[in-house]
Amino acid sequence: MSTSVRSLRRCCHHSALLLLPGRRWSSSSVSPPPLHRRLLLFLAQRYYDVEMLLNWQLQRKRTKIQKKNAYYAYTEHFYGRKIAAAYYVLNMRGGFRFVGQTEWFSSDQRGKFSWDFLNHKDALLEEVNLNYTLINHRGLSNLEGQTCVKTLSLRGCPEVNDWFLAGLHIFRDSLEELDISHCPLITIGGLPALRNLKRLRRLDVSSLPRVANPGLVFILLEEMLPQCHITVAGYDLSLRQGRVNQGPQESERQKGNLRKWRTSG
Amino acid sequence: MLGLGRLGGRLRSNPGWSGSLWTQRNAWRFERLVLCQSLKTVTPLRQDYFRDLEKQLAAMRKKAVDALPGSNWTPLEINPNLPPERADIVIVGGGVVGWSIAYWLKKKERVRGALKVVVVEKDLTYSRASTVLSIGGIRQQFSLPENIHLSLASADFMRNINEHLDVLNEEPVDLQFNQSGYLFLASEDTAHIMEENYRTQRDAGAKVSLLSPTQVKEHFPWMNTEGVALASQGLENEGWFDPWSLLNAFRRKSISMGVVSCHGEVTDFKYTMNVVTTIDDDKLQLRRIQSVKVQMPNSLEYQPVECSIVVNAAGAFSANLVEKLGVGAGTKDAVAGIAVPVEPRKRYVYVVHCPEGPGLDAPLVIDSSGVYFRREGLGGHYITGASPPEAEEPDTSNLEVDHRFFEEKVWPHLANRVPAFERLKVSSAWAGFYDYNTFDQNAIIGLHPLINNMYFATGFSGHGLQHSPAVGRAVAELILDGNFKTLDLSGLGFKRILTQEPMLERNVV
Ligand SMILES: Cc1cc2nc3c(=O)[nH]c(=O)nc-3n(C[C@H](O)[C@H](O)[C@H](O)COP(=O)(O)OP(=O)(O)OC[C@H]3O[C@@H](n4cnc5c(N)ncnc54)[C@H](O)[C@@H]3O)c2cc1C
Repeated sequence: MSTSVRSLRRCCHHSALLLLPGRRWSSSSVSPPPLHRRLLLFLAQRYYDVEMLLNWQLQRKRTKIQKKNAYYAYTEHFYGRKIAAAYYVLNMRGGFRFVGQTEWFSSDQRGKFSWDFLNHKDALLEEVNLNYTLINHRGLSNLEGQTCVKTLSLRGCPEVNDWFLAGLHIFRDSLEELDISHCPLITIGGLPALRNLKRLRRLDVSSLPRVANPGLVFILLEEMLPQCHITVAGYDLSLRQGRVNQGPQESERQKGNLRKWRTSG
Repeated sequence: MLGLGRLGGRLRSNPGWSGSLWTQRNAWRFERLVLCQSLKTVTPLRQDYFRDLEKQLAAMRKKAVDALPGSNWTPLEINPNLPPERADIVIVGGGVVGWSIAYWLKKKERVRGALKVVVVEKDLTYSRASTVLSIGGIRQQFSLPENIHLSLASADFMRNINEHLDVLNEEPVDLQFNQSGYLFLASEDTAHIMEENYRTQRDAGAKVSLLSPTQVKEHFPWMNTEGVALASQGLENEGWFDPWSLLNAFRRKSISMGVVSCHGEVTDFKYTMNVVTTIDDDKLQLRRIQSVKVQMPNSLEYQPVECSIVVNAAGAFSANLVEKLGVGAGTKDAVAGIAVPVEPRKRYVYVVHCPEGPGLDAPLVIDSSGVYFRREGLGGHYITGASPPEAEEPDTSNLEVDHRFFEEKVWPHLANRVPAFERLKVSSAWAGFYDYNTFDQNAIIGLHPLINNMYFATGFSGHGLQHSPAVGRAVAELILDGNFKTLDLSGLGFKRILTQEPMLERNVV
């Protein structure tokens, strides 16, 4: 009996979700898209051709990102795996530092970079900066075989998602510092994958907009990675609504409260 | 002409009637209108008369057009929920497998609307469907290359789910995927099998790693590694997700592409029979389905749907459908007597609460005893269960939960593996049916040898949810292209059952 009620409830809940008009801007906090987008969507609902065109446009956007992240087989064939990885990072408008060097190679604002890195055929990357780039799960495979990456910075990458975090296991024997702050796609579902990174010492998970109840999540994260210093900023960690400005000690105390609440509940 | 005259007659009498009603009902408004609109030349009464007349005329015109030959108007009342009378492909079963096949059929059609696909589902609340009662796991750690490839392809699909199942102008799909991986534990006796599987998995391209007991202890300090000889851990493409979200995403996308969803039960078939003689002079009766009888819910009404292909995706109850065609148990004929070896097997799932249990780092652990558990949410809840031994299979006439099974068969192993689970509380439980393949615990994908136009996608034995995206693609290829194009699943066909050569899967949970 209880099972059928349960599944029924679950089902009602979900079918209610289905029935709700699934507009992206249906919640009041999000402002509606501009008039021309709305007009296009209206037309798309009436005419297959418009729908097709819009779908094509979306598809083109996706293909462009996938192309950028394609496997650098050609470079790899001529220059080897290691240079291909370095070239990929520069092409994505990122930067890196080779093992044992102090000099950084990075591309400038317009994506231009010097080709001097070609002189270091056998050097591995140690620090990689891919902040605000379009790297995605597919592109990550270009960095496979980079066994010395100690620092990886992925701040504000719009394509970095939970699957990407799971893919980071390729650095599990070396990675010590990771910055995934301001990545809009990361959810709580991806964070458990960081468990594979046993050497992690520093982790920045500030301002992840899709992580619900961040306070609890970060306590769990601390428990999961006890050796790691976790930076958490940009959240309102207060349990009760309405308490904003809090100092670091305050947030420490609240974390303590949360911990107690979790073990008692 | 006569009919029109009669219509006209009724029309003429109408305005007077509605006019009088109007005076009663809107008297107050009439007064007000007179007061403030006294400049108007036509009285509101007359205005209303004409407006009404116009409406009546429009209705009459519509009726006349409807009655013209060439329109689909009939004088009989028609149930709008009835399925269409004709379709190209009827899919029986609207679980995740059925809808996935529907999606891929539509995706592969060359011209929009070229295929008419109907999905028939008898229970839209899905109260007994395995899909929504499963625990939603996906893993690559199988022993058969086919299963590993199916998982890899499905994981790839889920990773890019919004490229496949996004519907314009709707919320993007969120599977709530948990990237937590599976951890299989092996005892001394089974360690060599695990090593063998590990090699198969690596060869197939799965990201798996083996751990020694010390490494397990290091990675998961909350675990008791007594009796563990070896462990294997999935690094990528493993975890769990919300089965509902996947089912709904497939359904939403398919419907937006023109698949017809029909609420009803397939109770019977109309088929023709052909007798052929084999080389050994055996007589074989080949059947060909001509139409599917769809019984409407809670009524005696039914509709035969003529179709050229039927897909059997009825999950745990798919063998019943075949029996309706006179194939299976009880038939004297040697070949026709081979039943579809799929039957429902009841599996219990318990939700327990244990605040001191392992935290975010807990993978989906599969103990050497067969007991599994995984985290559910962040509030200290866990989902656990186990498969009973063959001789103690519970009765499948209902979905009631046996709590003794937890006390006797699950908890002891659980508490032994994770000492913190000594202090757990069961907070709820449910049961669901595995679509269990008694022959070799693997999917049956392909044509039935004796039924010319019935394709199978069933018998997944507890891993159908995770394989549904890739299986849907494979079945669509089989139907539209004539053979497998992307993944060769011919090993999972019906032939192995005829020849009695099982494809055993060793990693069944
Ligand atoms: C407890 C449990 C845990 C599981 N865990 C996992 C897991 O972790 N990972 C995984 O991959 N798999 C898991 N599974 C297995 C998985 O749920 C199934 O293999 C999968 O859902 C099969 O999907 P399906 O669409 O074939 O069947 P179903 O979801 O059962 O769908 C079949 C549908 O057909 C309908 N139907 C049947 N007969 C007729 C008829 N005559 N006319 C019309 N409609 C009909 C039924 O109403 C039903 O809705 C689990 C299963 C259980 C029970």
